[in-house]
Amino acid sequence: MKTKKIKSSRIIGKIVDAFFWLIVILVSLTCLFPFVHVFAVSISDEAYVVANKVVLIPKGFNLTAYQKIFADSSIIRSLLVTVLITVLFTVIGMFLTISAAYALSRKELKGAKLMTFLILFTMYFAAGMIPDYLLIQNLHMLDTIWSLILPLCFAPFNLLIMKNNFSASIPESLVEAAVVDGAGHFKILTRIVVPLSKPIIATIALFYAVGRWNAYQDALFYIKQRVDLRPLQLKLYYLVVSSQESFQAEGGNTGVLTNPEVLKAACIIFATVPIVIVYPFVQKYFVQGTMVGAVKG
Amino acid sequence: MKKINNIEKYAKVKRKGSTKLYLKMTWQLYALMFLPILFIIIFKFIPYYGLTIAFQDYKVAKGFGGSEWVGFEVFQKIFAKRDFLPAVRNTLLLNVLDLIFGFPMPIILALILNEIRCKWFKKVSQTLMYLPHFLSWVIIGALGYQLFSLSNGVINTLITNMGSSPIPFLQENTWWLITYVLIGVWQTMGWGTIIYLASITNVSPELYEAAKIDGANRWQSCLHVTLPCIRSTIIILLIMNLGKMMQGSFERIMALSNAKATEYVTTIPVLVYRWGIQSGKFSEATALGLFQSIIGLILVVAADRVAKKIGEEGLI
Repeated sequence: MKTKKIKSSRIIGKIVDAFFWLIVILVSLTCLFPFVHVFAVSISDEAYVVANKVVLIPKGFNLTAYQKIFADSSIIRSLLVTVLITVLFTVIGMFLTISAAYALSRKELKGAKLMTFLILFTMYFAAGMIPDYLLIQNLHMLDTIWSLILPLCFAPFNLLIMKNNFSASIPESLVEAAVVDGAGHFKILTRIVVPLSKPIIATIALFYAVGRWNAYQDALFYIKQRVDLRPLQLKLYYLVVSSQESFQAEGGNTGVLTNPEVLKAACIIFATVPIVIVYPFVQKYFVQGTMVGAVKG
Repeated sequence: MKKINNIEKYAKVKRKGSTKLYLKMTWQLYALMFLPILFIIIFKFIPYYGLTIAFQDYKVAKGFGGSEWVGFEVFQKIFAKRDFLPAVRNTLLLNVLDLIFGFPMPIILALILNEIRCKWFKKVSQTLMYLPHFLSWVIIGALGYQLFSLSNGVINTLITNMGSSPIPFLQENTWWLITYVLIGVWQTMGWGTIIYLASITNVSPELYEAAKIDGANRWQSCLHVTLPCIRSTIIILLIMNLGKMMQGSFERIMALSNAKATEYVTTIPVLVYRWGIQSGKFSEATALGLFQSIIGLILVVAADRVAKKIGEEGLI
């Protein structure tokens, strides 16, 4: 009697396990399916795609869409613009964040509390879209890459994470010993704190880089006349989402062109691949960073 | 000899000795703060001054100084506008729907993932589930149009193959709303599990053992051990989300909006964009943005107070 009960509960356990596996598999597949489909479309023949014949397996293997993308200098240019602004944004942002995080984590700094409050206050109460826009206009930064770099490259949230990490992980005695040895704070920061904080520095740098790579709102506002300065995401927005723009024809003649589905799909894959390439590396740091940020922030 | 000197100096500074010595040993800290503070002043505080145009009849030609002050007239004007109430309603509606459908999903998913013992399977599925978090809204919107399009979207192809008529996922207002929320849930559910999984790993294994000895099955130990242990995480995240009720994701809406389904698209940020950047009505747009920021700030502060009151660590 008892063994029977145990046996049946074991079977139920197995069924429950199978059910959980099924749910997880389904959820995972919904995250994978869109990419497989769009990728299949991007390397298929237009005729099959128009006839709705392509679901997950490409039909009529064809790479002309990718050839067209690489022949379209404006798309390649957008990619280069994005790479440039992402690098500058991350470097400047990290410089500011590390400097401020270290200084604010030191007790000798008078007014550290007030400064922290003032910086964090901007996180909860921002002036908003229009005052920001008018500022960029008055600084004559509209239609320059600086409008996409300087306003957002110092993020209070990242500062908070880094400052808390410095306070928690750099032993006070180590800094004091260095001070006693006559080292200035520049030296302490570059020789002791930075080498000891590589994981958090990598994490925050990736926060900055991925955030900048993916954003397009500010580009939509600030890059208007200079079409050649459009970052990749904005380019994709005009090409695929709002379809306000056509792909350049080969040889540069601008005839009447529709945006064929295959070309759109190839464009999506083109914009996704850079992220997918760095993703396995980035993921670990992002998970860690999210947990650090969740403690306070 | 030099070292002893330094120690003495340092001890003096610590005892709040002479200002000169203090400055000599700490000026580099202030130097480090110079550029960050400059950035905050230019890009965060100067725009606060720009908020004054919400109380002016701002004319681009006259600038900040020359425009006429009108008090709260601009606010009265925007509250009376036809688009104002729908924008507030849509902002709240989209956030409430996100909360109802998007908030429980990561919790459920985390509880399920926690039950899975096979390590490689867990890792592969987590990697896949986290992926949407790393993609921009443009890419997600573009994927959405590829999948949900009326005539040649793959989902509608499958639906018509089964004999039903195609569904206007992005072309009809109610369906647009459903699709918008679904895509949001899809994008956030995997990533949202991280915090819950972290707090589940903090649950003491002894509790599970004790529950097992008392004869609890998996469902019971999940209900009476795991859930109570992650309760405070759930509450704090819920409060944080409630504090964000007035915010709107501009990028998400822009990436999914189209000319056919416009009913729910007009949220406050979209209206600010249309009035301000597209039509040049800077005073009205600024006032609307300020209205949103102030209510947003009140909500965040209230959320913080509530969190502290129930004994959680606050947000601010």
